[in-house]
Amino acid sequence: MSEPFEPKIVGLLCSWCAYAGADTAGVSRVQYPPNLRIVRVMCSGRVDPLFVARAFEHGADGVLVAGCHPGDCHYLSGNNYAEERFAKFAQLLDFFGLDQRRFKLAWVSGSEGARFAAIVAEMTEELRALGPLELKVQ
Amino acid sequence: MDAHAYDALVIGAGISGMQAALDLAEKGYQVLVVERQASIGGTMAKLDKTFPTNDCAICITAPKMVELARHPNITLLTSAQVERVAGSVGHFEVTIWRQTTYVDPEKCTGCGDCARACPVEVADTFNGRLSRRKAIYLQFPQAVPAVYTIDYAQCTGCGACDRACGPGAISFLRRSQPLTVTVGSIVVATGFEVLEPTELRREYGYGRFANVLTALQYERLMAASGPTDGHVTRPSDGQAPRSIAWIQCVGSRSTQGGHPYCSKICCMYATKEALITREHAPDTATTIFYMDLRAYGKDFQQYYRRAADHGVRYVRSRPASVSENADQSLMLEYEDTLTGKVASETFDLLVLSTAVVPPPENRRLAQALGIAVDEHGFFVARDALRAPLHATREGIFLAGGAQGPNDIPDCVAQASGAAGLAAIPLSQRQRTAEPVPPAERDVAAEAPRTGVFVCSCGKNIGGFVDVEAVTASARALPEVAFAEACTFACSEDAQRKIRGAIEANGLNRVVVAACSPITHGPVFQQTCAEVGLNAGLFEMANIRNQCSWVHSSEPGPATTKAADLVRMAVARASYVKSLPVQTIEVTPGCLVIGGGAAGMTAAITLAEMGIEVVLVERETVLGGKLNLLGKLAPNDLPASTFREHLVHEVQRRPQIKVFTGTEVGEVSGHVGNFQVTLDGGLGEAITQVQVGTIIVATGFREVDLRGRYGYGDDPRIITQLELERHLRDGTLGKPRSVVMINCAGSLDAANPSCCRIGCSVAVKNARLVHQAAPGTQVFLLYQDLRVYGKGQEEAFTQMLAEVAPQRIRYDAERPPQVSLEHGRIMVTVYDTLLRDELEVEADLVVLTAALRGDGETPRLKQMLKVGANAQDFYHEAHAKIRPLDFTTEGIYLCGGDHYPRSIPDTLAQAAGAASRAAIPLLRGRVKVEPIVAEVEAARCSGCGLCVPHCPYGAMRLDPERGVLVIEEVLCKGCGTCVAACPSGALQQRGFADAQVLAMIETAWEGALV
Repeated sequence: MSEPFEPKIVGLLCSWCAYAGADTAGVSRVQYPPNLRIVRVMCSGRVDPLFVARAFEHGADGVLVAGCHPGDCHYLSGNNYAEERFAKFAQLLDFFGLDQRRFKLAWVSGSEGARFAAIVAEMTEELRALGPLELKVQ
Repeated sequence: MDAHAYDALVIGAGISGMQAALDLAEKGYQVLVVERQASIGGTMAKLDKTFPTNDCAICITAPKMVELARHPNITLLTSAQVERVAGSVGHFEVTIWRQTTYVDPEKCTGCGDCARACPVEVADTFNGRLSRRKAIYLQFPQAVPAVYTIDYAQCTGCGACDRACGPGAISFLRRSQPLTVTVGSIVVATGFEVLEPTELRREYGYGRFANVLTALQYERLMAASGPTDGHVTRPSDGQAPRSIAWIQCVGSRSTQGGHPYCSKICCMYATKEALITREHAPDTATTIFYMDLRAYGKDFQQYYRRAADHGVRYVRSRPASVSENADQSLMLEYEDTLTGKVASETFDLLVLSTAVVPPPENRRLAQALGIAVDEHGFFVARDALRAPLHATREGIFLAGGAQGPNDIPDCVAQASGAAGLAAIPLSQRQRTAEPVPPAERDVAAEAPRTGVFVCSCGKNIGGFVDVEAVTASARALPEVAFAEACTFACSEDAQRKIRGAIEANGLNRVVVAACSPITHGPVFQQTCAEVGLNAGLFEMANIRNQCSWVHSSEPGPATTKAADLVRMAVARASYVKSLPVQTIEVTPGCLVIGGGAAGMTAAITLAEMGIEVVLVERETVLGGKLNLLGKLAPNDLPASTFREHLVHEVQRRPQIKVFTGTEVGEVSGHVGNFQVTLDGGLGEAITQVQVGTIIVATGFREVDLRGRYGYGDDPRIITQLELERHLRDGTLGKPRSVVMINCAGSLDAANPSCCRIGCSVAVKNARLVHQAAPGTQVFLLYQDLRVYGKGQEEAFTQMLAEVAPQRIRYDAERPPQVSLEHGRIMVTVYDTLLRDELEVEADLVVLTAALRGDGETPRLKQMLKVGANAQDFYHEAHAKIRPLDFTTEGIYLCGGDHYPRSIPDTLAQAAGAASRAAIPLLRGRVKVEPIVAEVEAARCSGCGLCVPHCPYGAMRLDPERGVLVIEEVLCKGCGTCVAACPSGALQQRGFADAQVLAMIETAWEGALV
């Protein structure tokens, strides 16, 4: 009997809101699946689409980018740029034949530990259904 | 016992106390903070969101809490209270009682093993008694200090916590102790409480019916970290309520029913609670029963409209009684004062917006401090108009809820103001110099030799993650020269071991796998710095918050993930570089733009701190609005008297250089070094000045109402400002009837905002008109009576008794009409309470005109690179916690250019802006963010795509070289520009592509699974 498929997720989280939200999930002991590896950046605006592409290239089945809620950006507008940038990027995923559901952009505040856990759980579930990415890079 | 000497004492560490302490400490003064509770944070830490921006309250409070706890110039005493203050300003001797908590704060790691072992459960007061906690507890997850406390009244002394405590932090032998210190000045910021309406207003059923809560309890229900994880449920049955009602003014605005004053914040927090409730659960019916909807702050009226548009129902009424139905829902009896109908309605949950009351503790503290409280127990100012932040004893200052109801931005402004004033008696003292960073090893040329320290945090990590296995997998990585497990990595003992290992093994990178870098990163960076390793060479893997605590039932995957996180951190560490800490020298001196009450007070406060000031006023005389006003609330002081006093105080100080009849021409530079051109007008000299900081205090103006309400058609139709002049000059005459129309040009589609001060001005002037022309009948046409500020509700009640004006409530949909008929002025208005149209003949019509920022704002905002709204009011850096700062560092604001405000509030803000502006000047140097963007000129094509991404104006194109130039001192280190660069010429220090990619690429490649 083969092992059930466990998706591999990379999370790029802004330090002020989403990363703090992940910390709060911990402090509140909210449980979520162990399929996520978190990389901290200062602002979701720092997340270069290249980072997401590289994550897929290096074994990720899904990528989560998370930052402050609109209007709450610690740097005023970085999350707006992230939103713009990744709206376009998501369309590119289609072009490369990647299911858009493998990429998720989410807003999580520092107090939303339960919400953060729910997002990770939901994404893990969705990727389980989608199966492994098996990206072949030439 | 030797008394330890500090410069200043701050009593209370809510948002006000924290801000006051930080403002003083940032100036280089040694501050002692005494907090009664086990954690700092105050009421703000309990709130869910904040109006009108819906910011998460704890998210903006917690960073201040951490900053305070870490500040090298701040000593924090929690669970402590001030017992006695002897001496006088400059040399107070303070006796403090420090209550033991039976937990050694040096040893406690905040792991919580003790609370899990404790068998005693009690009601959790932090959560409004809506949940239970143990007798040994942490007040809330973000508590600072993160040290558990024994609630001795509840503790049975069983010793279970002691046995469970890994580091042995618990000792029942620790005793409470008195402590004596000396300080030069004192800030009192003891905050407020809310009324528990079990006696007063008991007709609303609080304490008798399960589903009646106070608004503060409701905040905890809404909070994500609250007793229900942010799901609003009824206490009686845990079901989601389908309908919720708020009753306003429970215990406020009523002498018989509680307290005569307006609690100021309730209309807005009820609006916020209802709005957010509907955002979470759109089907919940929300109703607010109010008397006057006091939405008078900046953007408050718009927030209220938004709530109404989102389906929050507002009923103008005074509910009479509440009874409980069989299903524990609540039946409310009320009269709708707009329709006149008496109705009863059932709600699943009832929230009471109860009065803001002083802590009972204030009276004892007032005795200890030798200062006065009012009849309610709020601390009183020496002079409510001219010295709103001075307590009645020299050298003691007041901030925030301690002196009456205040919203958060007013608390913060007052706290900065109190800190500015408290710095004055200290101005001759030696300030603590910037600490000299320890010498650093240059490791740039060395191959990575990484040390890894894996923490088991007692059982917090070790109970779920195989720490030895994680350590072994780290040791196997090629860059790792040393790896070791430790029980509590943050303990002082472990710090010694880390320092030893760095030196013994020649480590040039350090990775600690433990908890969050946000809370603990700086601790380890400090440890590394002590043995010459730059902060940039340290990295953390968060295997507690991201593994053991959230994968508690899956030890295998949790261990694998922990090993992965360590591998990622080690990979990143190989690419990190030292982060140079740069500082720039600050030009002494501050420019104050605007010579009204705000600008002059800011200038005087700065000069008193020993700072050189350039004060620029466009008009030929100082005074601003004080030149136009009659008498000032609350004590009818003639504005001219106050103006002369301020001008004298400005002129007698050699530190203040005054330029009247002068405009600011050009501004360039940045915090620490601004170059400013002052233009004296045609034929006059142009002066260049160099300053380190700038304060903008340009005030407000009335909008031009010509063409509306007959304004401009007849000299008997005037504005409040013109009425002030008549009252001042005695030219009012003997009008038989005076009609005041409030909200002229406000609260409509073109200008939706509430001018904030109009109702108070109308109340004051109605009384002054009555005094000047006793037989006059005054008509007051209003929408909501929104008197604002300390003592104003009482002044309003007094005016009603003295003047007996005819009050007519109109609706924005049907504004009053003013017409001229054969030389007679007729005002027609639909009275919404009488539900009838009235016609009044007026000898004088006084329009309470809408207010807007100064006409020069559009020009000034460009020069200063700051923002302003459609009404020309400047945008502060943050609506709640940075009301006096601009986002552009080194520039500050105060007074009516931020939003119209009373004179006491203006003076508080002005002292606050002076405090903020003094920080860089007194430090002498400003730090540049170390994780700034940098540009590789050879790769930059000069396309400029990055430039608009920078919200701080830190980037510009060099037209000659055709490449980008970054002003590092302006960069805040978000990295948004870096991601926008198409050529890879931009990088962010500390978050360079290579550093981030190292983690991304090792996250799953080379993974154990």
